[in-house]
Amino acid sequence: MDSNIALTMRGICMTFPGVKALDNVDFTLKKGEIRALMGENGAGKSTLIKCLTGVNKFEAGEIHVDGIEGAIVNKDTMDAQKKGISTVYQEVNLCPNLSVAENLYIGREPLTKIGTVNRRKMNQMAAQLMQDLDLDIEVTKNLEEYSLALQQMIAIARAVDMDCKVLILDEPTSSLDDNEVEKLFGMMKRLRDQGVGIVFVTHFLEQVYAVCDGITVLRNGTLVGEYTVEELPRVKLVAAMMGKDFDDLASIKPEGTMDFEHAPLEIDAKGLSHAGTIKPFDLQIHKGEVVGLTGLLGSGRSELARAIYGADRAQTGILKVNGEEVKIKSPIDAMNLGMGLLPDDRKAEGIIGDLSVRENIILAMQAKAGIFKKIPMAKQIELADQYIEMLQIKTASKETLIKRLSGGNQQKVILARWLATNPDFLILDEPTRGIDIGTKTEIQKLVIKLAQEGKSLIFISSEIEEMLRTCNRMAVLRDGAKVGEISGDEMTQEGVMHAIAGGAAHE
Amino acid sequence: MSKVKQITKMQLFLPIFSMILVMLVNVVYDIACGNPPFGFFAISTQVTSSGNAILYGRLIDILNRGSEVAILAIGMTLVVSASAGTDISVGSVMSLSGGMCCMLLAGYGVTNVSEYAKPLWFGIGAGILVAVVCGLFNGFLVAYLNIQPMVATLILWSAGRAIGLLLCNSAIVYVRVPSFQVFGSYVGFLPTPILIAAVCVLIMALLLKFTALGTFVQSVGINKKAARISGFNSAKIILMCYAICGLCAGIAGITATSRIYSADTNNIGLNMELDAILAVALGGNSLGGGKFNLAGSIIGAYTIQAITTTLYALGVSSAQAPVFKAIVVILIVVIQAEPVRDYLKKLSAKKAAAKEA
Repeated sequence: MDSNIALTMRGICMTFPGVKALDNVDFTLKKGEIRALMGENGAGKSTLIKCLTGVNKFEAGEIHVDGIEGAIVNKDTMDAQKKGISTVYQEVNLCPNLSVAENLYIGREPLTKIGTVNRRKMNQMAAQLMQDLDLDIEVTKNLEEYSLALQQMIAIARAVDMDCKVLILDEPTSSLDDNEVEKLFGMMKRLRDQGVGIVFVTHFLEQVYAVCDGITVLRNGTLVGEYTVEELPRVKLVAAMMGKDFDDLASIKPEGTMDFEHAPLEIDAKGLSHAGTIKPFDLQIHKGEVVGLTGLLGSGRSELARAIYGADRAQTGILKVNGEEVKIKSPIDAMNLGMGLLPDDRKAEGIIGDLSVRENIILAMQAKAGIFKKIPMAKQIELADQYIEMLQIKTASKETLIKRLSGGNQQKVILARWLATNPDFLILDEPTRGIDIGTKTEIQKLVIKLAQEGKSLIFISSEIEEMLRTCNRMAVLRDGAKVGEISGDEMTQEGVMHAIAGGAAHE
Repeated sequence: MSKVKQITKMQLFLPIFSMILVMLVNVVYDIACGNPPFGFFAISTQVTSSGNAILYGRLIDILNRGSEVAILAIGMTLVVSASAGTDISVGSVMSLSGGMCCMLLAGYGVTNVSEYAKPLWFGIGAGILVAVVCGLFNGFLVAYLNIQPMVATLILWSAGRAIGLLLCNSAIVYVRVPSFQVFGSYVGFLPTPILIAAVCVLIMALLLKFTALGTFVQSVGINKKAARISGFNSAKIILMCYAICGLCAGIAGITATSRIYSADTNNIGLNMELDAILAVALGGNSLGGGKFNLAGSIIGAYTIQAITTTLYALGVSSAQAPVFKAIVVILIVVIQAEPVRDYLKKLSAKKAAAKEA
């Protein structure tokens, strides 16, 4: 094996029941290289990584890692770690109530002569490691006292410290803000300079170009190609991922600005609040209008929507739906008023993992109908087929458990769940997070189509570009309060940035 | 080959397989003893001293004796699915329900009657009602106060039987009226408990088929938060499951009491909560909640009884039986464990590969 290659995978094949997940896929990673692994949902990125780390058993092909003779097969992630392959996932899999040092050395603590944990040595080692990686972290503090970004970096530090040759970062930036992403990139670059090969899985195209040296593209379980960043500009990358030319995203919004002044109000909230999450706010949404909620992560954009929907019960204020004052105690009340909420945390609040795609689609409808009015099986099948077709959900069958689907397809199922209830007012909280470009466009088009049908929507997204394309008006949030609204000419990337940043941006 | 695979993949394969295994032991034993090989399955009619013809045989005995656990298993399945916990109070609640019923039928403080003090329906109704109230109490603690199911039901596990004893003035209350004994003996030629269990199972099966009960309970059990966002009231659903579990305990309690036409509160339903939980587990249901399979639990319940009956038939004394029962249960649980299943699958895959080569 070439001495500057960290990892090669050759001819990897893997089949799930009914689906060829990986078909003869090759992957090469050099030492000191950051390589993006790109592809749409269901392209096989996660499967390839799971084959590498021993979570999935591949059927054919071989894997070589620098420093080990012959092909390797990992039994599990521990085994992979021993061979120098470490993974850091989107969700930080550490213990928030333990100290940073404890987290770094959990399961491999330095021991004293009598076999107890040598805390002094552990803390020293941890501090040294933090210093080596240029992280300003007090190792004796509990992990939870640090931001998500720093926690992620601590997770990476733990991985790197275990003599890591190949570091896999699976969507590490999904829950980080721009500043934190910068910090993470700084760390990735330092590790690269130390000779670690890094596989970077992300959905954010701009991040690929900010930090990566090479790009490997998968599509439908096959390798499209291995490129350097220079060879593959953005548009070509999208084309490679989708296998077709880039649908012009800018053109989906109808021409001309719409005037909602005289349209009837769907939602009229005055002084709604929920202690600890969102301060009192006013918000009006007209029929047929798409209102965006923008702000930094944790600014209260999800919480505002949840207060309207009753996911977090509003403690003050008056809410009028269709001109009538209503009291919403729990989500089912909101649903009976024609609302729906697609939550941002798909895994925790969206999918019912052990139920089938069909059952997940009819779920909200069934909840509305009540326990005694079971939706007839024929109708369930019809609905499931209809939405699988309409949203192009990739699933082996409608009886497949939803947890077996890729993230983007799970999201589509949840979307179908709400569309099936035919809501008048739909809240979409990060509907496109973790979803590939092609699906993103489809969802944006769908939002506009729903609005044209006279439905009202709240659209929440971390991607400003996407909001500009779909929203008629935007509400700006900062530190758990609604601080203003922008519409018309102010609705530009710059205008939104200024509004989010508040006074600070002008200095 | 593919057909075999299809069958072994079925959810109910292992519970049924375990059941058949237990029956096979009987057949082998019978052959070894020189008895007719299928004596186990033989059903005959016998004439009782009062002149009625009744069904008789080991199979009937299993169905009869297993009725209470089967009824309990219905409620336990729902509780396990919705709350990822178990209701350990059911045995105790059975006793309370029987005590309540007999106390009313005999009158407080009276220990032996041959005439009802209150109408039969009133006694039975009150017995079942008090069990439902127990279920609601458990459910309230679990669903609304977020107390761990084991801890919440521990209260009635210890108190239920004691309250029953209080109601019966610390004595065994005999109700020697034929119409009360019906529920534990025979209607025509059929043992009544079999009929009661069958009706309970049928009603629950119909509810599962024609209402969305299954979807509601499983959704809450699998992902409470997501179920809430999608419009389910998790607390109400969990409360309902515990209430149904209480109802089942009540019915089982009345049946058990009627068998001995007396409220022996110290012994009715003793340790039966463990059999009910075991039945759910033997049926291939995860005690971690979520998906459930009612048929599995019912088969599990009768499997437990089949083991007990088989052990008695083999001549194991009732004091030693638990040891052998434990061994059989361990075997059944081990075959169903995920790692063992994976290992067996691999083994058969290897064999198939060797055959091809």
